[in-house]
Amino acid sequence: MAFTFAAFCYMLALLLTAALIFFAIWHIIAFDELKTDYKNPIDQCNTLNPTIEKVKKIKRVKIAIKLVLPEYLIHFFFCVMFLCAAEWLTLVLNLPLLAYHVWRYTSRPVMSCPGLYDPTTIMNADILAYCQKEGWCKLAFYLLSFFYYLYGMIYVLVSS
Amino acid sequence: MSTAGFNSQNGTGTGQTYTNGPSQNPVALQQPPGVGYGMNHQPAYNPMQTKVLGPPSPALYASGPYQPVPPGPQLGSYPPPPAQPLLTRPPIGVLPSHTPPQSASPGPGPRQAQATPPAQATPPPPAVTSTSYYTGPPAWQYAAPRGPAPNHVNPAAAAPPHMSHGSAQPPGPGAPPTSIHGYPQPGTAPPPMNPPPPHTYQPNRPAYGPPPTAPPAGPPGATGTPPPPKVDAQSWGAASSARPPTEPDTQEGDVECPGDVAGNGPQAPNSYNHVDNRMAGAAQPGPPGRHLGHYPSLPPGYQNTLAPPPSSLHPALQAATQPYIQGPQPYQQQPGGPGPDQLSPSMAAMSLQSGTPEALRVVNLLQERNLLPPAPVPAPTPCLTQDLQKLNCSPEVFRCTLTSIPQTQSLLNKAKLPLGLLLHPFKDLSQLPVVTSSTIVRCRSCRTYINPFVSFLDQRRWKCNLCYRVNDVPEEFMYNPVSRSYGEPHKRPEVQNATIEFIAPSEYMLRPPQPAVYLFVLDVSHNAVETGYLSVFCQSLLDNINALPGDSRTKVGFITFDSTIHFYNLQEGLSQPQMLIVSDIEDIFLPTPDSLLVNLNECKELVQDLLKSLPNLFEKTMETQSALGSALQAAFKLLSPTGGRMSVFQTQLPNLGVGALQSREDPNQRASAKDVQHLSPATDFYKKLALDCSGQQVAVDLFLLSAQYCDLASLGCISRFSAGSVYYYPSYHHQHNPAQVERFQRDLKRYLTRKIGFEAVMRIRCTKGLSIHTFHGNFFVRSTDLLSLPNVNPDAGFAVQMSIEENLDDMQVVSFQAALLYTSSKGERRIRVHTMCLPVVSSLSDVFAGADVQAVTGLLACMAVDRSVTSSLSDARDAMTNAAIDSLSSYRQSALTIQQPGLLAPACLRLFPLYILALLKQKAFRTGTSTRLDERVFAMYQLKYQPLAFAMLMIHPALYRLDDLSDEGALNINERTIPQPRVLQLSVEKLSREGAFLMDAGLVMYLWIGRNCHQNFLSQVLGVSSYAAVPEKLCLLPELDTAESQRTRALVSWLRDQRPFFPSLHIIRDESQLKPHFMQNMIEDRTESALSYYEFLLHLQQQISK
Repeated sequence: MAFTFAAFCYMLALLLTAALIFFAIWHIIAFDELKTDYKNPIDQCNTLNPTIEKVKKIKRVKIAIKLVLPEYLIHFFFCVMFLCAAEWLTLVLNLPLLAYHVWRYTSRPVMSCPGLYDPTTIMNADILAYCQKEGWCKLAFYLLSFFYYLYGMIYVLVSS
Repeated sequence: MSTAGFNSQNGTGTGQTYTNGPSQNPVALQQPPGVGYGMNHQPAYNPMQTKVLGPPSPALYASGPYQPVPPGPQLGSYPPPPAQPLLTRPPIGVLPSHTPPQSASPGPGPRQAQATPPAQATPPPPAVTSTSYYTGPPAWQYAAPRGPAPNHVNPAAAAPPHMSHGSAQPPGPGAPPTSIHGYPQPGTAPPPMNPPPPHTYQPNRPAYGPPPTAPPAGPPGATGTPPPPKVDAQSWGAASSARPPTEPDTQEGDVECPGDVAGNGPQAPNSYNHVDNRMAGAAQPGPPGRHLGHYPSLPPGYQNTLAPPPSSLHPALQAATQPYIQGPQPYQQQPGGPGPDQLSPSMAAMSLQSGTPEALRVVNLLQERNLLPPAPVPAPTPCLTQDLQKLNCSPEVFRCTLTSIPQTQSLLNKAKLPLGLLLHPFKDLSQLPVVTSSTIVRCRSCRTYINPFVSFLDQRRWKCNLCYRVNDVPEEFMYNPVSRSYGEPHKRPEVQNATIEFIAPSEYMLRPPQPAVYLFVLDVSHNAVETGYLSVFCQSLLDNINALPGDSRTKVGFITFDSTIHFYNLQEGLSQPQMLIVSDIEDIFLPTPDSLLVNLNECKELVQDLLKSLPNLFEKTMETQSALGSALQAAFKLLSPTGGRMSVFQTQLPNLGVGALQSREDPNQRASAKDVQHLSPATDFYKKLALDCSGQQVAVDLFLLSAQYCDLASLGCISRFSAGSVYYYPSYHHQHNPAQVERFQRDLKRYLTRKIGFEAVMRIRCTKGLSIHTFHGNFFVRSTDLLSLPNVNPDAGFAVQMSIEENLDDMQVVSFQAALLYTSSKGERRIRVHTMCLPVVSSLSDVFAGADVQAVTGLLACMAVDRSVTSSLSDARDAMTNAAIDSLSSYRQSALTIQQPGLLAPACLRLFPLYILALLKQKAFRTGTSTRLDERVFAMYQLKYQPLAFAMLMIHPALYRLDDLSDEGALNINERTIPQPRVLQLSVEKLSREGAFLMDAGLVMYLWIGRNCHQNFLSQVLGVSSYAAVPEKLCLLPELDTAESQRTRALVSWLRDQRPFFPSLHIIRDESQLKPHFMQNMIEDRTESALSYYEFLLHLQQQISK
């Protein structure tokens, strides 16, 4: 049992995936709030000052939008790590998401700053639904890969 | 252009203000209609106009499917539809002569009118009709099943739509013969709730109607056995389309004066013969060489109707006599085909499905050619009880693509029609009830404003019609200021009007109402000075400076820019305006922040001085660069403390500093049939700035006057997301292009003087279960149902796509409410609320029956614009074609009981393929024809931004024949007689060399003069001696003192007055440069790159039968 570079990669990926899961949950919450903004205003208004609630919400959405690029970078980062560690199976499992990220970022609307979401089209129901679905899918993927990395780390540690 | 109706200011002159105090004047809600533009929306309140079930127009199907050509000498082509201009236009004073004598019999009361059905179900054929074969078997065939339904035989319902438009007329001298309608008083016999809750408190309130397919509840006077459900559905439709007898409103002319009918009836045949023969001659085709648009050969589908009609009468005459039969029997809609034994397949189907309402009548598009109604297509009426329909919102303000909402999303998906709303929320209204109240009654849960479609459970409680929460009626609401009575909350104006305006109390303000602030940002580079727009602008503003909407707080400011930014210090006390130049365009700052925006009243002289000197100031400039981005930033900085309106005039591509753009257009690709590139913005600078503006309540209106490419796709974002408007004057030049100059002048006048609302938001609410999918128009979407509109103007239209999230199983009606909160130019916070109520249906055929083809087209156009930007133009074109294919094939598969050959469409969608083809040939979406990128993008903006009525003109222009205008059926407005020629199909076959034709394409009008045009027309209208003497560039009709000239000018100016922008008129000959533009609008003809209408239909058929 030796601590190899592959084992280090898995451990790192494990931690980073935990962060990515957090990002995905944040993303889902933010888009859900965007969508259900109007659905039941009275409940929100009863408890809290609506403006404060609103500001909080807007902040959450803004943070979620800002988290996109870090998420992509983190994922790209441990993909590269796996490449270096020659963990081919893990790399192949991650490649579709990597390709998706590249495609998603290249097909983003014209923007002068980094980012993915255009505030003028984000309220379109199709885009909103797509983003929500994207959030759920990613959450599922990260959860699964979290356990896979856990397994991979133990396997590497045990087998070497 | 700016008529009295246009200028109504913020409701101050537009309606009665109600307050809660007992001393309010109890004047009736309705005020006499205004004039000019204002009159136009009046008919909308008249359900008759928009009825679905009556014949869309008597002449519509009259000449039938490619009628056999009788040996008549002058018909070389398909016979034209009979000319009946007087049928569908508002008859003023004079009653349309073709009204069936039956409808003239004024029953003394509703009961009596109801009692007459037997007589009318099988009417004695009028003398004229004896020459026609329509009185034969088909008459009873179609009429018989409906015999028992009392409403069908109601003369009011049966009368052709000519009774509808009486908007602008003063009420006739005689009292409205209410009995003609034969309708029960609302309330005396309310339609049944099924079953009504025992505690329902509905004194005189419209009950929600039964579902359209419910068994009849015995409308008063219903004799005999109840009709089958299908028939009942129609009868309710008919009911809703007739005017209730007790309706007190006087806004509609009482055109149904029985005496007139009786008096004019007998003369009808003669007048018809006259008109028809003349029109038949008029539409006579020119020499064979001119038939560009002819169908390639007579296709098989056309040939099976070629059986000779039993009567040897001239087809036009036959058609003309048809209205006589159709009058009393609205469902006898048979096209002028052969007798019953030779029925075409569609009609054979129809006789079997005789229970279907008119909207669902099967039309074989391949066989029936003359589908275009002779007058503008009215909006269909939702299938609601008359009580609800009477209260419903005007279709000019609020229109839904499906007037019957499908119960589930799957049903909607099956119909393949888009569900959405088209709004014109800030439209100039000539009568608008305004309510001042300290508490505005709203639902506690969903914040819906109380509206006519809520139900009162008892006197103290009401149930919201959107979320179904039960709310208390506040004490204040119990008092009714109109009747000055207590305890009748259901009679308050809020509950009696679907469109109402509230003066909002301070809860509706986030900050004190802002003053009216206008900032003008003017391009003064060399290019701009060359075009000479500056003097026109300055002169217009000088002329209208006192008409700018506002109060004593109104502020104005000016910025000019070329490669530097020039500010103007107009502070009080200066002897003359002071120009401050900022050349640091990278880091723009305001030199004197306090004195650049000045109070208009205090500094008017300085402003006037500036306007007088501005055109000369830059006369000699050699500066060619344009730093628009920096100028916009400066203007934003200037306006951001207050908010307001920024009007930007730009004449070239901005090429300096931030927001500089490169030319992206390749002129060689203009006509390419391949995909069009660069429809999306090149930079997000303008979008981001627009969002900043939107946050600070600043709207940017863009006037683009340029001969070269300006990248409107990028520049336009500045207006699009700040709720501004875009005006585009291609090739503007003060000398070379007088037509554009006049257009610019008129548009500016309207722009400067029109009503304006500041710091506005619009929220659209809908019944639980429905949700908003996408918005179209110029705005920023702040929340799923909230639009942020820094400025709102009366010319802006919006479209909303809807989806059905939860099933609407237990609902009979759904409602939509648009609430627009704005600050008027007088500093009042106001809320304008529109509510629309629509029935829910569960069967696919009912969904089709309620389709509003114009609204569907308008919404599809908006969706296609989005698609061409996000995806590609060819994708958008395919999507539009598929929309037609899908909906028609779904209709064929699911809603049609009998399969038959041909391209079948329900009557309500019969124009759908035509409109789709028109869209494909529209500037925004066409390929293969040379189109400048900017013009294309501008056309796209227009499709999204214009209210439906104007967008439809841009999609499908109206063609009129002008050389034989007559006063028959003319409108009378303000003692002006406005002739109403019929709308012709857009095909070269309708043109003739002997005639003169006016094409009204929304933003532009073409008057095409035939080579052999009547001498009379040339000399009396154009004032020239011969065809050759018509000048090459003529944009003005000379004011001659002849009847013909007056008629023509009356028509043209009437058409212009109806819209808020100024269409320029081009008089063109065969050799004119503009002739291709005219010919490109001939939508039904084939061009090098696009299909003809018939080919398109064949294409659709092929795809459907796959």
